[in-house]
Formats: sequence, structure tokens, C-alpha cells
Amino acid sequence: MTKQHELDRVVIRFAGDSGDGMQLTGTEFTKAAAEAGNDIATFPDFPAEIRAPAGSLPGVSGFQLHFSSSEIYTPGDAPDVLVVMNPAALKTNLKDLVEGGTIIANAGMFVEANLKKAGYADNPLENGSLDAYKLHAIDISALTLAALDGSPLSTKEKGRAKNFFALGLVFWMYGRETESEIRRIHKQFAKKPDLAEANILVFKAGYHYGETAEVFQTQYKVPPARWTPGVYRNITGNEALSMGLLVGAHLAGKPLFYSGYPITPASSILHSLAKYKQFGCVTFQAEDEIAAMGAAIGGAYGGAAAVTASSGPGIALKGEAIGLAVMTELPVVIVNVQRGGPSTGLPTKTEQSDLAQALYGRNGEAPLPVIAAKTPGDSFYCAVEAMRVAIKYMVPVILLSDGYIANGSEPWPLPDLRSLQPIPVNHRTDPENYYVYDRDPATLARAWVTPGTPGLEHRIGGIEKDALTGNISYDPANHERQTYVRADKVARVAQEFGELDMRGEDEGDVLLIGWGGTFGSLRQATEAMRDQGKKVTHVHLRWLSPLEPKLDALIPRFKHVVCAELNAGQLRPVLRSKYLVDVVGLNKIQGQPFKVREVIAAIDGLLGDRVGASKDGETVVTRGEARA
Amino acid sequence: MSDAAKKPVKLGKKDFESDQDVRWCPGCGDYAILATVQRTLATLGVAREKTVFISGIGCSSRFPYYMNTYGFHTIHGRAPAIATGLKVTRPDLDVWVITGDGDGLSIGGNHLIHVLRRNVDLKILLFNNQIYGLTKGQYSPTSKVGTRAASTPSGSVDHPVNPLALALGAGATFIARCTDTDAKTMAAILKAAHEHPGTTFVELLQNCPVFNDGIWDAVKDDAVNHQIKLVEGEPMRFGPNGSKGIRVTDDLEPEIVEVGDGPGQVPVSQLLVHKERGSKMRANLLARMTHPDFPVPVGVLHSEVKPTYETMAHQKVDDAIAQQGTGDLQKLLFSGMTWEVDADGVKA
Ligand code: SF4
Repeated sequence: MTKQHELDRVVIRFAGDSGDGMQLTGTEFTKAAAEAGNDIATFPDFPAEIRAPAGSLPGVSGFQLHFSSSEIYTPGDAPDVLVVMNPAALKTNLKDLVEGGTIIANAGMFVEANLKKAGYADNPLENGSLDAYKLHAIDISALTLAALDGSPLSTKEKGRAKNFFALGLVFWMYGRETESEIRRIHKQFAKKPDLAEANILVFKAGYHYGETAEVFQTQYKVPPARWTPGVYRNITGNEALSMGLLVGAHLAGKPLFYSGYPITPASSILHSLAKYKQFGCVTFQAEDEIAAMGAAIGGAYGGAAAVTASSGPGIALKGEAIGLAVMTELPVVIVNVQRGGPSTGLPTKTEQSDLAQALYGRNGEAPLPVIAAKTPGDSFYCAVEAMRVAIKYMVPVILLSDGYIANGSEPWPLPDLRSLQPIPVNHRTDPENYYVYDRDPATLARAWVTPGTPGLEHRIGGIEKDALTGNISYDPANHERQTYVRADKVARVAQEFGELDMRGEDEGDVLLIGWGGTFGSLRQATEAMRDQGKKVTHVHLRWLSPLEPKLDALIPRFKHVVCAELNAGQLRPVLRSKYLVDVVGLNKIQGQPFKVREVIAAIDGLLGDRVGASKDGETVVTRGEARA
Repeated sequence: MSDAAKKPVKLGKKDFESDQDVRWCPGCGDYAILATVQRTLATLGVAREKTVFISGIGCSSRFPYYMNTYGFHTIHGRAPAIATGLKVTRPDLDVWVITGDGDGLSIGGNHLIHVLRRNVDLKILLFNNQIYGLTKGQYSPTSKVGTRAASTPSGSVDHPVNPLALALGAGATFIARCTDTDAKTMAAILKAAHEHPGTTFVELLQNCPVFNDGIWDAVKDDAVNHQIKLVEGEPMRFGPNGSKGIRVTDDLEPEIVEVGDGPGQVPVSQLLVHKERGSKMRANLLARMTHPDFPVPVGVLHSEVKPTYETMAHQKVDDAIAQQGTGDLQKLLFSGMTWEVDADGVKA
């Protein structure tokens, strides 16, 4: 008899070879969780190689899903359940599994050759080394083939369906509804009905195996979460960002012109927008990153809502051209989906180490507004805001995302388009008293005069220009004035800031300052610490340039100020120099997001006066000491 | 386009002169080019505001400041990229690109190749003076081997690039050449370029009296012997009274021959006849005729009609709208799997 057991939340990770279809399995199971009304957060984690050698450790691809009946902010620190399709996946993921967690392993792949590739001397499924866990060793490979006995597919094709067995199995474990999954498989493989049929057979076989096999005595139920009323969909950061760009352009009454060069993890923005031609969006795959930025500048000059997106290495190449947009004061949105660096770094992993690049990565005094998305869904609103500020202030804006937000997903309450403010555009056509650098007194923006406007013919360029006429000027005082006016314009973007994203009182022991994709971990850790009565307040910055003016009053009212970032400390020195306060850093540079418990441990440490380099691998706040 | 812009506009050279002082060195070949461009633009019937000049960095790239049109002086080598963005978003504009041998063929070589390959409707003028002028006289990618310059006091060792052959290799649909002071040929080329739908690439042999004086003198001063004026349908002849001509060998090489019916002479009927819309092989043969081995072909070497990038890019948008209807943002947002949460806060 199967027992039913109710859980508040579950973290499950699917791991296998990059060819095993783990991303698909994870995505499908996410849909089922969303459909069941759970709150969800996902974290796909894939290798840099498209197909690393089969069975090898670097070839392991993973997908983590956190689903819950209460509100959650992160994909979870540690999986409760680990589904592994081969020994390499077990080897690389076991250390993350919670104590006594559940392992579902495809025993069929634990053969000598694969064990050797993963560095196992003997079979961990059989040698008792996993006794501390709830181990289910199932020959998924063989059961898949058996389920497809009589199918017209080749043995190789049949073997590929094994991820659907795993999917079916977890569907049973969590009592998920199978009908809509079967519909989705039909739809997804509509062009290959044989494959659709096979996948469905295997999916059902997995489900029924769970039902009938003696090994699973318990079925778990995670009841639906409570939500704010509205219509929801599951969305990844790059999807939301792409839609935000489209909507931003629409709010400005402009066609979207997107130019980009393929780079991980930004490429999917180009892919999405290339499919949105019916919205008048023109996408241009440039010959290189420089050309992508150049074309965006050309588009903006012509009056389009111009956007380019890349990741750190590409942004480095765009640097000189971004400076041209600063100098000529043209509205371009530049998206940086950050990854691990420097150089090629960790292309498929997440990091926040391009903040300094965004703030300073150009020659000369070239400030520009920098906004950072905090969640997948927030990417939508940040894209709209970046577009608004770029056009309103006639300035290039950098929008920071990261690999974690870009590929991660969450349930997203769909926005009502009518509630978004239009973006006014000032295409001056009056030739009377026109000067290129005549400025709007409130925003300091120059008028956006586009070629084709009679009587306003003028020349712009990268050379310093007279503060009014726009003619080339090498006058020393003029250059200084122009430098400050460009900076002042960026500072005035603070006029656009909404409410501060803050959890906690405006005074206390610890002010935890974060930005970008660390939002979930920091907010959840803050909630937990506050539940324990600790006086911790979390502020999450949306704009990194200009800095949030509300910090001025807030920072002095806390005993400790902690700046948490997935880098070696890039916002921290900015805060220290601006506020002359001993801001300490919580930093992690492992290509992985913060775990909630790491944040809690570090803040607990700080409250117990533990600051400085970590000696024994514990997470601590530092003042930037090198860690041995 | 406004009605005013559609009407033919009567303009003169003066209308295209900006109020800025021209600051090239005295005697620079750029002056002559500027004057011819201003004079020719006045005859094209295009409103000033519909004309845009985009340049990179270098002496020649100051050009837009002197044109009373829209102008954008950008960064080193990137003018084709910026012009592409402009032309793709604003196909209604006439976009000219001004570049040089360093700007276009060295730092911006990649963009030049790709703009030609895409056939964006841009009019590119490359001022070739075989030297870096603005940075004070370093040898350039078109300098001949052995060029003594600031950075090569004992002579350069790298082989120069052939701009027109490179352009052809990249898929250029229009290539032309003339010297800086040959106003008549230049005007004809500019007009033809303007009419050509697609990227036009014009090499202007320009003198830099300060750092590379006289580099084209042989070609310019003795045009009869060192240039072949390309005329559609005419055999390729040069020299006094057209006494010499170009014939193609069995090995598909051009060769210089004496023209006539006497012994050792070649009849006119065997000479290569110019055909602007001829094959790429023919164009390549012409592009590879370089000084001093051959007289330099001057005029339009090759043109062919291909759809332009921006036309096709916008066609894709129109097709998508025709097939799917104009995009509905609200629908797009609500696409995929959506679910509703009712007032009780649970999934409906
Ligand atoms: S350096 Fe040469 S090319 Fe430059 S302006 Fe002077 S003469 Fe002309």
C-alpha cells in the first residue's frame, strides 16, 4: 500500500550526460509543478562543451527545481532528491545532496567503462557507500528498451527516450497529473509522431513503475502555494528580457532594432527577438561585437529603439563604441548577461564580476546608467526601464543580467500592458534656434534629431564638441564643462527611481546590500534571520549607477554594512569610497549562486565579530583579504 | 517622406558646404575630392536632409564636418557598421561612408568585408593614400613593400592589399576607381554609385603631400600611358592614340600589346572589351591590373544587381506580418502555459 505524505517544499535535481536530455526533463517537470500551483524556482547548470565526451565528469548537465506550497525565492541550497543518469552525474552532484536524501540512479549506466570515466573504483550503487541515503537503483536503460519493444525506432533512438522514464517516475512520486504532459509531448514532437509515441510509452512506463514497484512506498504531495491573484506563466530571464525590450520599444512607439553577435549566455535573446518579426522587430547578426554595438548606434542615430546584448567578453569589445554613444548622447540599451570571467572564464556559469566593467570599462570619463535585473521576471521591467531612461536622457544604458537569471525560471504574474507608462520621445523638427547640445533643463538630454529632418542638418562625432553648437572644440574649459554635464545627466537618472527594495527596518545591526541575481538568496536569508529575531535589513539595489540616494540616510543607521556579491568585491569599494563606511563584503566566485545558508552563516559570523579571510572553508565576510 | 522631400530639389555646390573651416593640409588631395562630391551631390536631386555622411577616423574621416548634410564622425574602422545600422533602420536615407586605407582596410577590415558581402545600400568612398596621415606617417596596408615611413625607417616588409580585389572577393556588387583630381570621372562614378542598388565601393587614389607625396604621380601625371579609362563596350586601349591595348592570354592573364595590323601588332578586335556587367572573372582580372605593371583601370570596373540586405531584412518583417498578422504584445506575453490564480490565492 502506498502512503501519502505531505511536504511543504522539495528540491530536486536531474543530472546526466549533456546528451541525456536532463534540461528537457527538468523543464517538463517544472511545468507540471507550475500547473499544480506550486511556487517554483529553477536553476539549469550546463557544461561549456555542447557534447563533452559521453560519461565524462565535465559533460554532466544538471537542472535543479525547487517547488513549494509557500513563497520561495531561490532554486534551493541542496537537493532533497537527486536523479542521476550515470556515474559521472552521481560523482559531481552527490556532495550537494542533503543528508539522508533520495537518490534515483539509472543502474543500467553503472557499468565498468562509465564507472572508470567517473573515477569510481567499484560500483557505488552496490558497495554500501550510499547507505546514508535512500537509494533507488533502477535499470532505466533496460526498462526503457523493454517499454519500446516493437517500436519501429532504432535501438539508439529508443535509448534516448530514457529521460522520459525518469520523468514518469518523478511524476508518480509527486502525484503529478500525466494527461497534460502527454499532450505536451505530442505537441513538442508533432513532426516526429514515432518519437512522440515512444516518449509517451516510456513516460507512462516510468509512471507505472513508480506505482507498482515495491521500492517506492511513499508518494509525496506538495500542495499548491498561495498567490497574489492574476494570470501567471513560467518565464526565464532571457525570455522576459526579450519581451521587455519589445514592450519598451512599443511604449516609445518605435520599431525595435536589435543587433548582436552570438555569445553564451546572451544568444537566446537574439533567438527570441528573431522570432518576433511580426512586431516589426529587425534583428541583425553582426560580424563581431564591435559591429553589433556600432549598428545599434547607427540604429539609434536613425531613430530606432536600439539594443545590443552580449556577455562580458563581448562588452569588452564594445567598449570603445559604447564611449561613442556616451559622447554623442544616443540612446542604446546594452545588455550584459554576465558569466564567469576573466577572458573566456566560465561561459556557462554565473557571476557578477562585470559590474566594474559596466561602471568604468571605457576610456575617458564615460559614466552611464547601469541597471541590474534581480529575478527572471524582473528582467522584463528592467528592460522597459533601461529603454525609458536611454530615450528620456539620451544616454546609453547598461542592463546587467547573469547566467543564473537568464536561464533560471520562475512563475511570473503577467503584467497588464495598459498599466505601463508610455515613453515620450522628443524628435525635434523645429529648426528655429536649434543647437546640437542644447539641453532639456530637467533631464539634461539633448534633442533626438534624426537624419531626414529638414533644416536641422548637423554633424556629431566622437571628438569633444562645443557645449552648445556641437562644433568640434578643443577648448579646455569646454571639455571640463562637457565632462561634468555628461556625468550630471547620469546622476539625474535618480529622479526615475521608484521605491527602495527593502526588507526590514531602517535601522539595526546589519544592513545587507545586494544587487542583481543574488536577490532570492539574500531575501530568503534575511527572512530567516529576522524570524530568529536578528536585526537584519536587506536592501536590493536596482540601479548601480547612479547610486540610490536613499542609501545616504540609511547606511549610517546600521552597525554593520555588508555588501554581498558574486565577485571579489566590486560594489563594495564604491560604497566605501562614497560613504566612508567600513563596508564588509560577502563574496563568492565559484560560478554558482549564493546558498541561503552561506549568507546566514556569514552574517551570523559578523554578528559574532568574525570578519576576515576564511580559514576552514566557512563562509565569512571580509574586507577583501586574499583567501589562501 | 514629406512631399517636399519627394520633389526634385534644385541645389548647388554651395548648398553642400558646411560653415566649418576645412582643416586638411594645404595641397591635400582631399580638397579636390570634397569639391567634386559637393558639386556632384547637388546634381543628384536628393534633399540635403536625406543625405548622411558617416566616417571613421583618419584625415579623410573629417569629411562629414565639411558637408552641409547630416554627418557622423565615428570611431576608427567602424563606419560601415554604424552606417549599416542606420541604413537598415532608415532605408529612406542616402548613406555615404568615408574611409581611408588604414581605417577601412586595416582596423576596420572586418566590417568592410561584411558590409560588402551583405550588399547594404551604402556608398563607400575609400581614400587611398598608402599612408597613415593623421597619426603622422606610418606605412599602411596599401603601402608597397619597402615603404620607408615613421614606423618602417628601413622599409616595410609586408605585402600590400589590393582594395578592389579584396572588395570583389568579399562579394562587392559595384567597384570603381579614379584619382583625386579627375573630377569628371569621379562625378560619373559618384552618379553611377548613387544609382546602384547596393554597396558601392570606390577607391580614390589620393595624394598626401605631407607624408607620402607623389605616390600616385606616375598614374596621374601621365594618364595616357598609365590609366585605362573604362568605357562600356569599348576595347581597352591606352598610350598615345590608343597605340597599346589589353588582351587576355590563354592563362587568363591580362597582357599589354601593341595595337594595329602590322607585324607583331594585335588587331583591335582581339582586345578585351569593357563590360561593366560582365563576369566576376573579368572584374577580377581588371582589379588585379595594378601599377606599375599595368595601366590602372579607371571608372566603374564592375557592377551587378543583387537584392540589398535592408530590403530583404524588411521583407522578412513584412512576410511575418502578412503570415501572422501584426504582433499582439498582450498575446505574446500570455503565450505558452499560463494559469490563473483566483481571489483566494489558489490556482483556478
Ligand atoms: S596628412 Fe596627408 S592626408 Fe592628412 S590632411 Fe595632411 S596631406 Fe591630407
